[in-house]
Amino acid sequence: MKTKILAGTHYMLGDHACAEGAIAAGCRFFAGYPITPSTEIAEWIARRLPKFGGVYIQMEDELASMAAIIGASCGGIKSMTATSGPGMSLMMENIGLAVMLEVPCVIVNVQRGAPSTGLPTLVGQGDVMQAKWGSHGDYEIVAYAPNSCQEMFDLTVEAFNTAEKYRIPVIILADEAVGHLREKVVIPDEKEIKIVEREKPDVSPEEYLPYKGDGNLVPKMALAGEGYFVHMTGLTHDERGYPDITGEAHERLVRRLIDKIQKNKEKIIKYEEIETDDAEILLVSYGITARSSLKAVQILRKEGIKAGLFRLITIWPFPYERIEELSRKVSKIVVPEINSGQIRGEVLKAIKSNLPVVGVNKLGGDLITPYEIIEKVKEK
Amino acid sequence: MKVEIKKEKEVKHHLSKWIREDRWPHIWCSGCGIGIAMSSMLYAFEELNLDPKEIAIVSGIGCSGRVAGYVKVDSYHTTHGRAIPFAIGLKIAKPNMKVIVFSGDGDLISIGGNHFIHAARRNFDLICICVNNFNYGMTGGQFGPTTPHEAITTTTPYGNFEYPFNLPYLAASAGATFVARWTVLHAYYLRQSIKKALKRKGFSFIEVISPCPTGFGRPNKIGEAIDEMKYYKEKSVIKNGVDPKEAELSFRGGNIIVGEFIEVDKPSYIEILKENLEKIKEV
Ligand SMILES: Cc1ncc(C[n+]2csc(CCOP(=O)(O)OP(=O)(O)O)c2C)c(N)n1
Ligand code: SF4
Repeated sequence: MKTKILAGTHYMLGDHACAEGAIAAGCRFFAGYPITPSTEIAEWIARRLPKFGGVYIQMEDELASMAAIIGASCGGIKSMTATSGPGMSLMMENIGLAVMLEVPCVIVNVQRGAPSTGLPTLVGQGDVMQAKWGSHGDYEIVAYAPNSCQEMFDLTVEAFNTAEKYRIPVIILADEAVGHLREKVVIPDEKEIKIVEREKPDVSPEEYLPYKGDGNLVPKMALAGEGYFVHMTGLTHDERGYPDITGEAHERLVRRLIDKIQKNKEKIIKYEEIETDDAEILLVSYGITARSSLKAVQILRKEGIKAGLFRLITIWPFPYERIEELSRKVSKIVVPEINSGQIRGEVLKAIKSNLPVVGVNKLGGDLITPYEIIEKVKEK
Repeated sequence: MKVEIKKEKEVKHHLSKWIREDRWPHIWCSGCGIGIAMSSMLYAFEELNLDPKEIAIVSGIGCSGRVAGYVKVDSYHTTHGRAIPFAIGLKIAKPNMKVIVFSGDGDLISIGGNHFIHAARRNFDLICICVNNFNYGMTGGQFGPTTPHEAITTTTPYGNFEYPFNLPYLAASAGATFVARWTVLHAYYLRQSIKKALKRKGFSFIEVISPCPTGFGRPNKIGEAIDEMKYYKEKSVIKNGVDPKEAELSFRGGNIIVGEFIEVDKPSYIEILKENLEKIKEV
């Protein structure tokens, strides 16, 4: 009998929901290195994946893990790795490689307090900027910020689909609190889960240009062993995939890598708006903190204060346009996040007026409470 | 006076099927040994009558790492030091392909040293060809973990006070099941060893000592490319089956022990993986 994904309703750990989501999305290769608070993803995968004929390999470090998932994806297997801050730092060079080679894969970062080894078991949201700018050079990236165990499942599936569709590495920027949260998760039947596969070339090897991205700017991907004899290099390359380190080739390639995300951002960006229609105070929040923000909105509304929540689901690309629109209708924006103000900076970038944008920031490895948010909302 | 130059008839090289000719000329200096190491591999493919579809080459960064770009098979030019883990992922995805890691000593042993010993420990099914030119060619001749004691490089201007690795000994002690060393002057034997590696499972390691007249020969006053070649030829002693521990290289005067040192049968990673996956699926 074929092993099946765990369809049904479960009381489940966020990290486990993420792992099960990966399996549901078709992930059949996981390379990783244990680190708190992401380890439960590896443990779940190690137990479940072999039953689906998939492979779990515990590499010697995160540099190897990231390289291995790119290699496996070049062979046609959907691949993932999971880590936390220090491991994420080690993966950065090869995340850039995945961007440059245009290899679909998923990287989960269950954030903890940082810098450095920081607070291994405590929550943090300090890797927001690293997700966007961590690897060297100019590139665009897609990163999701789940706020529940359900989203750990759903957004992992979505991350694989986005990775396949655009041939990119996709980051799941979770946090310790969602990773270690245990709550209800509804897993649909296998056939109800929408799965996207990368497009394969429809021309002969002689005619195939591995890096020609026409239409939606995403080139079709030939896998190893199919007779296309692809050459992939991290060096700037032409449409054949051959190194071409002229300024012109670099401009053309890097522009396309950026454009394939920027020009499709309407399709990629996801957010949720709660009571924003008549809001006078706007809260912008994400991940676990968005749950405190939601509670704050509910309490404030009861008190007669018109607050609304804009919850980021994709952190990158950032929804600058929508936030700008909303900013015209409110008198104040409040941005709660467990860091010193990383997304607050993006909100400031988005708005055109000199509306007050106030951060609610915490660095101690603790959650931000609704009351701490309310205090900032009421502050004159 | 008008001189007529007769156009030579275009002659195809008999290995041309294996080469991306549209990438010629290559970037290597004249007298560099990397091309010989590469062509030895191509001869091995040809003599074994392999289907190019069955082969993938993964390289890291460096002059030696450029091989991936010149061979007409699926080829991946990755990041510095990470060719082995990339190849591990690829091989797991494509277990029926012969995955070859072709890179430099700096790439595989310095920055990639950890991956190297672990791939050997796992007896992972890869053919690892390491071009050892005793320095970092691509970045302009700095020292590395294979640079001989007292050798001059751009970053050891007073002589290297460190001691180098003996690569076959390192590979064997970490668990490699086939270990050989040749110089590019032993092209025939090198080809035979590559053929042997292509036919077997597990981790095969082949060190290829290669002249780098630009980065190593010149500063160490070995002379021109041809002199470095001659030097390696004169100093080489073939000792098949010798304990790799005894195959230490020494600079200036010492011999270069070459040969096939280790060949043992041990279940390979992919074999064990397949077996285990079958068992797990049955549970
Ligand atoms: C992370 C990183 N560090 C450093 C470099 C610079 N770099 C390029 S090639 C190289 C050394 C290559 O030496 P080796 O592997 O011996 O190859 P060779 O050029 O001698 O064939 C270095 C240090 C790099 N590309 N990436
Ligand atoms: S620098 Fe050395 S290794 Fe690099 S191409 Fe020139 S001779 Fe060969």
